[in-house]
Amino acid sequence: MAKVLRAAEMNKCIGCFTCMNICSIVNRQNHSLTKSAIKVRTSGGMTGHFVAIVCIACQDPACMEACPSGALTKRPGGGVLLQTDKCIGCHKCEKACIMQSVFFDDETQKPIICRHCGSCARFCPHQCLVMEEAEEI
Amino acid sequence: MIYEKYMRILYVDLSTGKIRIEKREDLMPYLGGVGIAAKLLEETMHADLDALDPSQPIVFAIGAGTWMFPVLTKTVAMFRSPLTNELGESYAGGRLAMTLFMAGYDAVVLTGKSTKPVYLQVSSNDVQLKDARAMWGLQSEATGQAIRDRQTGGGKRSIIRIGPAGENKVAFASVCVDSYRHFGRLGLGAVMGSKNLKAMTVIGDRSIHIKDTQKYFKVYQQIFKKCTSTDMMAKYHDAGTPINIASLNAAGALPTLNLQTATFEQGDQISGEAFAKKNLVRKLACTGCPVGCIHIGMFRREFDKGHEYEAISVSYDYELIFALGSFLGIQSSDEIIALIDEVEEAGMDAMSCGVCLGWATEAFSNGLITEEQTLVKLTFGDANSYLQAIRYLAHGKNKFYRDLGCGSQHASLIYGGSEYAMQIAGNEMPGYHSGYGALVGAAVGARHSHLCNGGYSIDQSMKEFDETAMVDKILNEEVERCMTNSLIMCLFARKVYDRQTILDSLNSVGWDLTDQDLTDISKRIYRTKLRIKNAYGFRQKAVKLPKRFFETPSMHGMLDEKTAQRMIKDYVAKTEALVLEPDPVLTKSEKPAEAAAAGK
Repeated sequence: MAKVLRAAEMNKCIGCFTCMNICSIVNRQNHSLTKSAIKVRTSGGMTGHFVAIVCIACQDPACMEACPSGALTKRPGGGVLLQTDKCIGCHKCEKACIMQSVFFDDETQKPIICRHCGSCARFCPHQCLVMEEAEEI
Repeated sequence: MIYEKYMRILYVDLSTGKIRIEKREDLMPYLGGVGIAAKLLEETMHADLDALDPSQPIVFAIGAGTWMFPVLTKTVAMFRSPLTNELGESYAGGRLAMTLFMAGYDAVVLTGKSTKPVYLQVSSNDVQLKDARAMWGLQSEATGQAIRDRQTGGGKRSIIRIGPAGENKVAFASVCVDSYRHFGRLGLGAVMGSKNLKAMTVIGDRSIHIKDTQKYFKVYQQIFKKCTSTDMMAKYHDAGTPINIASLNAAGALPTLNLQTATFEQGDQISGEAFAKKNLVRKLACTGCPVGCIHIGMFRREFDKGHEYEAISVSYDYELIFALGSFLGIQSSDEIIALIDEVEEAGMDAMSCGVCLGWATEAFSNGLITEEQTLVKLTFGDANSYLQAIRYLAHGKNKFYRDLGCGSQHASLIYGGSEYAMQIAGNEMPGYHSGYGALVGAAVGARHSHLCNGGYSIDQSMKEFDETAMVDKILNEEVERCMTNSLIMCLFARKVYDRQTILDSLNSVGWDLTDQDLTDISKRIYRTKLRIKNAYGFRQKAVKLPKRFFETPSMHGMLDEKTAQRMIKDYVAKTEALVLEPDPVLTKSEKPAEAAAAGK
């Protein structure tokens, strides 16, 4: 069964942003945080707690439903896969995601969507992010 | 500028609000960080004017490897120090370096003075001065909160700000960076205050394509592994720097009660273990550091009767526990956290603040100053008296506190007791009475900090004291750190980043450097710093070390003043030789245009 990324133990997060850096490097060959498909944020400044905003691997993805051009297809295990050549950059997937985990790349005019590759989890120094077997529903 | 053959500098004139960008090819031989900051300071400073004159510059710079490699997390600030009246150089972690990198500026040079309180907002496509009149007078955290609530860019934003102490130009006022890190030492907060600059926010949202991902990521992973899978940095995450309280106390190197002794009887109650057991609630990291050395301690304060409590949390480290703990005879971790919180909110350097209060306490008990001046009975071990004194100090309550706010050297020259005003060349002592390494190291260090050359560490590693060898080690480390501070590497990663690792990393992102280049760069930067110090009028011979250093036994026994002076003289002679060495890249005059022509 395919695995999916889970931000399972964010209580352990130290806010190093390594996950974002790795996602940008591995998936976008870029140094910028804006290219990452996972965002770690503080709620309430540095004195607040860390949260990870990332695709939660929906079984029935609203983003895919909203896509007018068939650029998003169901990913085994959950979530979606993006075919950039079919994407028209309409932002509809971004708006459809109620978890706000579809980001938009202003440079390429395409959405940034997590493909659950697990690179961020591999580098997470405190195992806040893990790859789990997707549960059958 | 990463992948380019120039440095991109943002100049902001706070008097007019005008900005300009310069592409500086001639700064490439200075690598980044402290190298380019020193050069920019040298070009823009006014040696004949006061440290707080509006025309004096503040230079912020990031390093050659910032964000791209693990633990290269620091930003350097350079300025004329209102505390020592000479070289001001201070480092802070947090998110500032990452955001400047992504905003596209290698350095920011601020000059002038705004007519009204402002804060500076910097991003890749916008630089603005914004109204901060309502924030003037606010404490550090409230200032951060006010800016956070009005500004976009959360997550890729850094907010640095001063507290009341900076506004009131306390000579050791600090700048708080992203709540838990600081430009602590030497009074950058006062320089910002003198410019009516309450805060600066940087938003980094630029796309930066990696030139050779394979080559770069290979090196990144090797370094990442060293940071996370070896014991090279483990202790910094575990109990953190306060773990050293117990060992340095046991060794007799922990300055206590204004250095009347170097052993604290109640040391167990304020040890790293004690903090971890009682107060530690969280650990955090600077952006780009997988280690996470920031330790957040919390305590429950009863602010009123009827079970009225609030939770106070601060970041704590070895140096703060020394300065606001053992040095003042404070015997509990809760009280130390309360003192750190007070200093933090006021926006002062905890080390200078604690050491100044140590002198004041002794001067008070000796009758050199009276309660009419101190307004509280300053007593070793009495945290409440210090909480009050910190407020008076930050707000310049009366003439005495305004004098004390100019530093312990200044105050002791007015009120007496300079033999136990524990400063070195005007900068209050760090938390190590470990031997000649710590003392001589701080005396000759370019900014008189323990981190200039790590003399305290040489004391601990050198088995048998050898005067000449120690001077050589201090000089080597002082010079080498000019290069590592151009990356800018957190000093906790110094074992991870050996010369080869530095070369591998920089050369994977577009540099073409050799080991010899690194040596040349380090010397070039050190010579620049020495020129700046000289122009500011610093004379090593004029530095008088307080007698107390030679009256309280150190970790290596009683120190001899003549030996220390001989070592300082030896060091000076060696730097004079270094200054005369020809630079293989720069021409003699070191004029920017000629240097650029010399190429690199």
